[in-house]
Amino acid sequence: MTEYLIKNGFVFDPVQGIKGDKADVAVKDGRIVTGVSSGAKVIDAAGKTVMAGAVEIHAHIAGPKVNEGRNYRPEDKLFTYTPKSRQSRMAGGFSIPTTFKTGYEYARMGYTTAMEAAMPPLYARHVHEEMRDTPIIDEGAYPVFGNNWFVMEYLKNGEIENAAAYIAWLLRASKGYAIKVVNPGGTEAWSWGLNCLTVNDPVPYFDITPAEIMTGLMQANEFLGLPHSMHVHQNSLGNPGNYTVTLDSLKLAEKIKPNNKFGRDTVLHSTHLQFHSYGGDNWGNFESKSKEVMDYVNRQKNITIDTGCVTLDETTTMTADGPFEHHLTELNHLKWANIDVELETGSGVVPYVYSPDIKVCEIQWAIGLEIALLTKDHMRTFITTDHPNAGPFIRYPRIIKWLMSAEARKERIDSFKHSAKMIDATLIAGMDREISLYELAQMTRAGPAKALGLANLYGGLAPGMDGDVVVYNFNPEKDHKPDEIEKAFSAAAFVLKRGTPVVVDGEIVSNGNKRTLWVDAKTDENPQVMRDIRDKFLRYYSINMNNYEVAGHFLTNPMAIEVDATR
Amino acid sequence: METVTITMKNPPGLFLEADNVSPDTFAGKKAADIAALHAFEGREQTSLGKYFEVSGNGGATAADTRIVVKGDVSRVKYIGMKMTAGEVVIENSPDMYTGAWMQGGKLLVKGSTNAFTGIGMKGGELVIEGDTGNYLGAAYRGDWRGMQGGIIRVRGNAGSDTGYFMNGGTIIVEGNTDVHVGTHMEGGTIIIKGNVPSKVGGQMVEGTIYVFGTIDVMMPGFKFVKDEEMEVDGYKGLFSLFHGDLGERHPKRKGQVVYGKLYQKI
Repeated sequence: MTEYLIKNGFVFDPVQGIKGDKADVAVKDGRIVTGVSSGAKVIDAAGKTVMAGAVEIHAHIAGPKVNEGRNYRPEDKLFTYTPKSRQSRMAGGFSIPTTFKTGYEYARMGYTTAMEAAMPPLYARHVHEEMRDTPIIDEGAYPVFGNNWFVMEYLKNGEIENAAAYIAWLLRASKGYAIKVVNPGGTEAWSWGLNCLTVNDPVPYFDITPAEIMTGLMQANEFLGLPHSMHVHQNSLGNPGNYTVTLDSLKLAEKIKPNNKFGRDTVLHSTHLQFHSYGGDNWGNFESKSKEVMDYVNRQKNITIDTGCVTLDETTTMTADGPFEHHLTELNHLKWANIDVELETGSGVVPYVYSPDIKVCEIQWAIGLEIALLTKDHMRTFITTDHPNAGPFIRYPRIIKWLMSAEARKERIDSFKHSAKMIDATLIAGMDREISLYELAQMTRAGPAKALGLANLYGGLAPGMDGDVVVYNFNPEKDHKPDEIEKAFSAAAFVLKRGTPVVVDGEIVSNGNKRTLWVDAKTDENPQVMRDIRDKFLRYYSINMNNYEVAGHFLTNPMAIEVDATR
Repeated sequence: METVTITMKNPPGLFLEADNVSPDTFAGKKAADIAALHAFEGREQTSLGKYFEVSGNGGATAADTRIVVKGDVSRVKYIGMKMTAGEVVIENSPDMYTGAWMQGGKLLVKGSTNAFTGIGMKGGELVIEGDTGNYLGAAYRGDWRGMQGGIIRVRGNAGSDTGYFMNGGTIIVEGNTDVHVGTHMEGGTIIIKGNVPSKVGGQMVEGTIYVFGTIDVMMPGFKFVKDEEMEVDGYKGLFSLFHGDLGERHPKRKGQVVYGKLYQKI
């Protein structure tokens, strides 16, 4: 394999504590090494920024609900298609791009790994088929457990070991990566026309509360010692005044201790926190509670969060939180898709326009950025847009601009239609904090890699790690206008994925050799759980158990992360 | 005003996507530059000059540019797409998407047009002297933003789905239309001087539809309110007012529920 030497760049690597020193990065056989031979191909990075490949911890980029968005929103593709080139396929779509465009656009921004945030286990084959068609980036998917009948039954009876055995079985069957929880109990309640809007609302029939589901799943997660923590989208998303529900959920982590061999010291990942940090009790007195929420997050060291920043675009919301999507379509009267996934979960899809002329959207924009700016530990706060819910992931460079430049934020605030009202309801106007490149590398690389239990592979440039290296046309010693920041992070000068150049001067040069990450957790034989699974397939599932598992050709270059949870 | 005349000499074998035939792109260009503008025939990118003979130069701005399209353009789509100003005259009958997403200026078709004429139109004036196809002044597939402004006048008949998801502006069809008029309409005005078979104003929230002729089957969601003396596009007379679609949500304004209005000439 070819050797590469990325020379004289300003290197930012939280794993090794390198804060912009001029250094060389050597890559051989797909990995970072201490040195290469004189025959190595030299990439001149003088005057440029060098970082590891970025890691996406939460995005909806593959599977049935993404595809439903593509199906029922042809207008999202209008005027967006680019023809095929020598190295890339035809690509199109804006908020719900084609699988090919998804891979290309992540790579162009310097992202080399991405996690699909909500996989309905029943449709895991579809998720993996789309991931197979997403080039370049390594991917994994989180199956959803928060409304699963097995989980609710075991946890109701306090059977953590059985819940863990079922989770291990389902991760293997669906080739999933982590325990995802979406509106715990609420989506199941939705199939009764109800919802769970606090952590203590009982789920109909199952008579278990969201707090019990989240606590039980965290215990099962640590019983198994999975690489990632429980990953939760809390109850009451998007409702004014929901920050108290958020704090109630986060506090559940206080009683749990991490247990794993991956160097992960957190037990709960709270996703798209922007949607969960709202004050007020209606849309009229809606306000930011980012400070209250972030004060807690900064204190409580065993949780990680991602921001869910609103990008002010027309987008397509999609979530396993079925009742929320119904709520949204009643608000904006745009088209609504809804599905119940038998025994497991549900989902909804609604287009949404985040307008800079609507006060609520302006406040949402502010809250997302405030969360990132208020964080004291950048290894525990990650930048996301909950793609495509708060905006498409291709806007990350714009979010980076807003975080790195108070001037950029001021320009945006001044051009809002309701800027005075927005300023009254938020903290953003009084913040002069600007994120440094080192902090950016923590929030987009080292931090998410560590939270995912993948710190040995991704997020850094230490010898032995994957050869995922990004060079940006950004000289940290110079002053930059806000738009220059956005431009630099939109199209990397050079991206190496596991030792293969995939982007040169912002153009795709290779479709790479992507991998599919999944977690293989070995547990003790559990005849009761296996009997329960067979029983539910016979009684309730509409498909045969043999047609459930994801295997063989569904997986591209599978890479199993092995966990031994036998006792 | 400068006039550019493009005359079809070599009709395409497949359909030609000629969205560059617009005063906005022709402005400031000489005849040779215009001939070099790209177009798509099937999946191949070609140039306008391969099909059209171009004479005359564009004006300094779109507003100073007039385009006359001559010859057989029955396989040419997207003429006048997104135009903001100026004038286009098509002497024969083009294919689909004529004047699509038009924002201003004037577009006159002396023949007939095919489907999707003036879809997503925001402004300007579009006149069809012959007939038109389905989805006149409608929304693009999947979109909820149909015609938002401007005026479309069809001297002949229209197909189905006229004013689908219409939000504003005016459509006048002097002849008859097929089924589905103003479906999902949330604003604007549709005037049909001839007859409509059925499905008028289905799922209509707001806006106004006038029908001068017959409606074979009235939608069940419409309720007779009163007879009213009206003046509509130069005609003065008595109309019956119906409110609908009662099966749809309706906003309240100044304490009053706002309905879609369907007027039928008595």
